[in-house]
Amino acid sequence: MTTPTSTNVDLTSKIPNNVGLSDDPKLQRALERWLPNYLEWWNDMGPTDFADKPVYLRTAISVDRGGWANYAHVKMPDYRWGIFLTPNEQEATIKCGDDAGAPAWNDVPGEHRNALRRIIVTQADTEPASVEQQRLLGHTAPSLYDLRNLFQVNVEEGRHLWAMVYLLHKYFGRDGRDEAEELLNRRSGDEDKPRILGAFNQPCDHWLSFFAFTMFTDRDGKYQLAALAESGFDPLARTTQFMLTEEAHHLFVGETGLGRIIKRTAQLEREDPNGDVRNQGGIDFDLIQRTINYWFTYSLDLFGGEISSNASNFFASGLKGRFREDRYEDHKALTGTYNLPVVEKDKLLEKEVPLRNAMNEILRDQYIKDCERALKRWNKHIAEEGSSTVLTLPSRRFHRHQGIYADHHFNPDGELISEDEWESNKSKWVLTPADNDYLVSIMKPCYEPGKFANWIAPPSKGLDGKELDFEYVKLHD
Amino acid sequence: MGAESNTDVTVDFEVDPGSYRHWKVSYDGAIARVAMDVDPNGGLRSDYELKLNSYDLGVDIELADIVRRMRFEHPEVRVVVMTSGNDKVFCAGANIQMLGSSTHGWKVNFCKFTNETRCEIEEATEASAQVYIAACNGTTAGGGYELALACKEIYLQDDGNSAVSLPEVPLLGVLPGTGGLTRLVDKRRIRRDRADVFSTTAEGMRGKRAVQWNLVDDVFPRSKFDEKIAARCEALVADAGELASGERKGVTLGKLGVESLDNGRKYSSVEVTWDDEARTATLTIEGPTAEDVALAERGAEAMHEAGDQLWALRAYRELDDALLHLRSNHPNVGLVVVRAKGDAKRVLAHDSALVKTRDHWFVREVLLHMGRVLRRMDNTSRSFFALGDAGTAFAGNLLELALASDRFYLLDDPDNVVHVGISDLSEGALPMSTGLTRIQARLYGEADKAEALVGRRDLLGPEDADDAGLVTMLLDDIDWDDDVRIAIEERVSLSPDALTGMEQNLRFVGPETPDSKIYARLSAWQNWIFIRPNATGPEGALTLYGRPERPAFDWRRV
Repeated sequence: MTTPTSTNVDLTSKIPNNVGLSDDPKLQRALERWLPNYLEWWNDMGPTDFADKPVYLRTAISVDRGGWANYAHVKMPDYRWGIFLTPNEQEATIKCGDDAGAPAWNDVPGEHRNALRRIIVTQADTEPASVEQQRLLGHTAPSLYDLRNLFQVNVEEGRHLWAMVYLLHKYFGRDGRDEAEELLNRRSGDEDKPRILGAFNQPCDHWLSFFAFTMFTDRDGKYQLAALAESGFDPLARTTQFMLTEEAHHLFVGETGLGRIIKRTAQLEREDPNGDVRNQGGIDFDLIQRTINYWFTYSLDLFGGEISSNASNFFASGLKGRFREDRYEDHKALTGTYNLPVVEKDKLLEKEVPLRNAMNEILRDQYIKDCERALKRWNKHIAEEGSSTVLTLPSRRFHRHQGIYADHHFNPDGELISEDEWESNKSKWVLTPADNDYLVSIMKPCYEPGKFANWIAPPSKGLDGKELDFEYVKLHD
Repeated sequence: MGAESNTDVTVDFEVDPGSYRHWKVSYDGAIARVAMDVDPNGGLRSDYELKLNSYDLGVDIELADIVRRMRFEHPEVRVVVMTSGNDKVFCAGANIQMLGSSTHGWKVNFCKFTNETRCEIEEATEASAQVYIAACNGTTAGGGYELALACKEIYLQDDGNSAVSLPEVPLLGVLPGTGGLTRLVDKRRIRRDRADVFSTTAEGMRGKRAVQWNLVDDVFPRSKFDEKIAARCEALVADAGELASGERKGVTLGKLGVESLDNGRKYSSVEVTWDDEARTATLTIEGPTAEDVALAERGAEAMHEAGDQLWALRAYRELDDALLHLRSNHPNVGLVVVRAKGDAKRVLAHDSALVKTRDHWFVREVLLHMGRVLRRMDNTSRSFFALGDAGTAFAGNLLELALASDRFYLLDDPDNVVHVGISDLSEGALPMSTGLTRIQARLYGEADKAEALVGRRDLLGPEDADDAGLVTMLLDDIDWDDDVRIAIEERVSLSPDALTGMEQNLRFVGPETPDSKIYARLSAWQNWIFIRPNATGPEGALTLYGRPERPAFDWRRV
């Protein structure tokens, strides 16, 4: 049994933080119990086989400018998972809902305890889930640069779990501790203990899916975090603000990763006498389009129901705002409406919904706009390489598993179609097992510094000012 | 608002397996599977969608039909697995939009009927050796958990997500009104402090904790769920005790032959007519004929053979349908005049034949069914006056109708002697929800009189019946017409709310049982809460659920 004093020293040196951990015996006690279970989870479910390899990782050790980005070669199990809140520059207020403008809560109001816990647990559950989904990808990395990015994403998702667990431990008492345990017990894709949300149970067995996941699914994370950054529960708002800085890197990995594949595909198409990308060992545009269709739509599901009383309650109570709530004039949103198409008697009809009940849809709108921006950029690259291909985002109604469109079939243009039509076209529209087989077959590891697999273009520059042939992961002593 | 449009819908309580929209029933020897799979567009009214296996009265009418037919048509079934055909949701409870847009009367009728069905499930488990178990293969919320609570055992899928919950108090500002609170503490004997925590935690409980608190009997992982449930069913079948005698060949419950009159419904042995102006109805039941008695006296096999044409089953099914029809479709009718016609001696002979063969499963089911219909009458919020004038025969099982009524007027006319008689059935076979017989309830303060009637099988003339304490008012033929008319007119002039409350208090003297508590205590509180502004006012929680505004409560405790 360790004495409290030594634990104190132990914990605070291990866990960089700006939440006063060394003066908080309650939090110490909770983390002391949770930490070994977390490490056990990381060993079991984190990246396989790379525990003893130094990785050029960025670690946040403080919230100062520059403090959040310290680069060094670190072995992943020794990574210092910290707990940080973005400091408040002024008195925080509730940013939305009935009490907009009132002082923010520094403690959980009893009235909103269950709702807040649910919001936090749902967000937290996604963090370890993605680590689990990606655990085997290290074996097929297209370069050391990409391998390092994968691990950076993984340790930061781990840190995001910490950030959420901190809130559960600090503010939600015994129930919070139980929930924190459960976060380590659920498993992505497990039939018996699946992760809470659908996209986080989908297999991610190759790098095309990894990049699509970080592009589309992590981007949902960005918008969820941004909406929670507007929360009237101040610790949640500040935690998620800090998480957003890290999430930006994950999105960068996804967007540039897919962008590099797309660029390479256009090059291979040009190089092959028949324009046959697969003949050159690359990834053809149709397959890329199916990947976009698949992950974009699974990610759309994560925003929740189009017409949602939960979303309305969360907004009304000031627990979750809109993306950049400060840009809106009316923070109560009590009177407005939102129009969206719904299926009634096999037809799509416009329906008017109270604004608050449409908050999920409003957030989804922002997300889609952001994805469209990335598509535009990719299409520009494709055109620059001389290809006539244009990649598109499917309609938000296409291939949905949650919400009001889930029980119907739509084509990528968003038109209602029959089940037969869906069945006979789905292999053209979304990833198939054969696609995955092909992708797995071409994904051979490329571990030589400065070298990149044939199916992906190198990035325009290295990380942290380093060259492309820098040894981002030291695989040999 | 849709709230005022409810009464436009005429509810038909007669359904059959060919017409189910919301349930899938399958049979495998001694095990039946009842899977809820609600058609979202199959609601009784069109102003709501039945999403996520949520239910309305129409869904529950089908369930009640399933439970009843299980007993009559599938006596080989020993275990009934109540589960869901939906991948994620076992049952999300009563549909909130439906409740929010319903009139008070609709809500009360809906809750009462669902309560009666839940009690029927429990009775099937206890009395018919058809054990219901709930296989909760997904979210089990509110009325969904209350449905599970009506089952003998509850098993929950352990997937880290599926929970049992009663979110009514924290989310909707109303009660879990389908027996949930009562069954937590009275049936499952969950500590009341824990029940308090559970009933105020909207998301409910799952996994091990749900087992520790006895909210469920066990949890099984998703991949093993079906297998474990199947094993539990086999074990229950193997452990099942001795069955009542008789070939376990099902008896089909055919369609009731009902003729719609301008102001009434006419069945083979029952007729109900109403006068919406006068706010009265007359319910007439025709006792068994000589042929009916002769058939019953031929014994259990003959009755089994007669099936749904046996008078006791046919007439009581008709009575049941008539009562339900009055309840839901004629809210203005405040007083029901009850008349039992026929020959008193014959009714007693009929009852005696039933009692002699009550070991046969079919006869037992017929008696249990009669008991349920009479309890439905006890729980009907209308005044009942039984009128024993010339040609009536309030004897045996028909005497129960008089005793279930709020008053019993009996004609005392030497030229037209009306007889009253007690049969074995009045001594425990047709209990009230309190567990008392109706004679015990009627003579609660005069136990010696009740005692004196035990075993008395001769016909009682009007004065004897009056002396025995069975009659409210003995009237001679000169007084009869006026006194009865005035009594009826006076009755229908009184406040219907006060009468409902008064009658329910006076009818249920004596002890409480979990069943009686559900109607008397839980339902009464629920019905009060339903009309309070905190639930259904413009800023009430039920009104605003699913709407953008948040509820505002009047914080004063009442």
